[in-house]
Amino acid sequence: MSAVATLQNVTMRFRGHTALDGVTTAFEEHAITGLLGRNGAGKTTLLQLLTGHRVATTGDVRAFGAAPYENADVVGRICFVRESQRYPDHFRVRDAVRAAATVFPDWDAELADQLLADFELPLRRPIKKLSRGMTSAVGIVMGLACRAPLTLFDEPYLGLDAVARQVFYDRLLADYAEHPRTVVLSTHLIEEISDLLERVVLLDRGHVLLDEDADRLRDSALTVVGPTEAVRAFTRSAQVLHTDSLAGSSRAIIHSRRPDDRAVAAAAGLTVEPTSLQQLVVAMSRHSQPSCAPVAALEEAS
Amino acid sequence: MNEDGGPIFRQIATQLEDAIVDGSLPEESQAPSSNELAAFHRINPATAAKGLSQLVADGVLYKRRGVGMFVATGARDQLRKRRRSEFADQYVVPLLAEAGRLGISVAEVRTMLAEKGERQ
Repeated sequence: MSAVATLQNVTMRFRGHTALDGVTTAFEEHAITGLLGRNGAGKTTLLQLLTGHRVATTGDVRAFGAAPYENADVVGRICFVRESQRYPDHFRVRDAVRAAATVFPDWDAELADQLLADFELPLRRPIKKLSRGMTSAVGIVMGLACRAPLTLFDEPYLGLDAVARQVFYDRLLADYAEHPRTVVLSTHLIEEISDLLERVVLLDRGHVLLDEDADRLRDSALTVVGPTEAVRAFTRSAQVLHTDSLAGSSRAIIHSRRPDDRAVAAAAGLTVEPTSLQQLVVAMSRHSQPSCAPVAALEEAS
Repeated sequence: MNEDGGPIFRQIATQLEDAIVDGSLPEESQAPSSNELAAFHRINPATAAKGLSQLVADGVLYKRRGVGMFVATGARDQLRKRRRSEFADQYVVPLLAEAGRLGISVAEVRTMLAEKGERQ
């Protein structure tokens, strides 16, 4: 697969603070990638570099083969839906939609109308009078109807209720299936979107902790529950991401390396529990040390 | 999708196999497309496509160019054969393991099976 956007050894420093530290990753063409990580992990900074909103302190950032900063040709192919997009004060919903239609060459007006109706957005209302959730919905309409070859959503759902979020996910999938494009979705709501993702990039304190096929990742974690002694014996040679104990029994999340790990665990009298992407990500983020020593070991294992 | 069933593409493949084995997806009928599967299960279309291509690789589905995927003739027998060979490991071994934990002897299990089997 070819990459639409790449970061090569990218470091981004703000006054006394390193937001990204030697980040190398690539966003594959026509894939939906989840950009995951805790607050302050560097997700928004990474997206700002891709869209040319910032310039990296060191390292190489490329989108469509070129540096995005002040490059109209590159930026014109990117749609960036920000967490708190600002619009001119007097803009009504329909003004924002009209403006977007002139900016994005692949804009689909029919889809935009459909989405505006789905989210029940009042066309004549000034955007600054919209609720938080409705403002987010305007961003989502832009992000989907623009059909930009590279579309970046940065926490696009603030204030959106569960029904509206499901509308977003369903519309994204449906339109993406018909018009494949590269989508990066930065989010905290891992559980909700994990099935939509083809790839996962997990940032932790400015480092890439995981960069992996989502389905393979799901298969690479194993949660075992059983008597503490048996769990300890089973996990002795494994990379343990997380353990809990209660009254003589333990639960461990491990990075599974061998296809027969499940069978071995079952034979040892352990119960194998489901491990969601969310649990894995939480376990890994907690597990990681500031020195980031485990990263190399993990990449080797995956 | 179900989080405890391993990778999603494998769950997709298994569900289609279920439908073929129980006859709801007959041989030579058209299988759902990856986009249909993606919309129905709310999963990534590439993941759905991976599930379909595993079934193609197994000879369960075949492609008709420009039309879609179809269930191969003989697929049902093939799947039943494979699942029969896995039956002991998948169902009997865990059954005996739990029986062992509870102190139920193999003879007792055999009696239970005979009794329940008669009632069905």
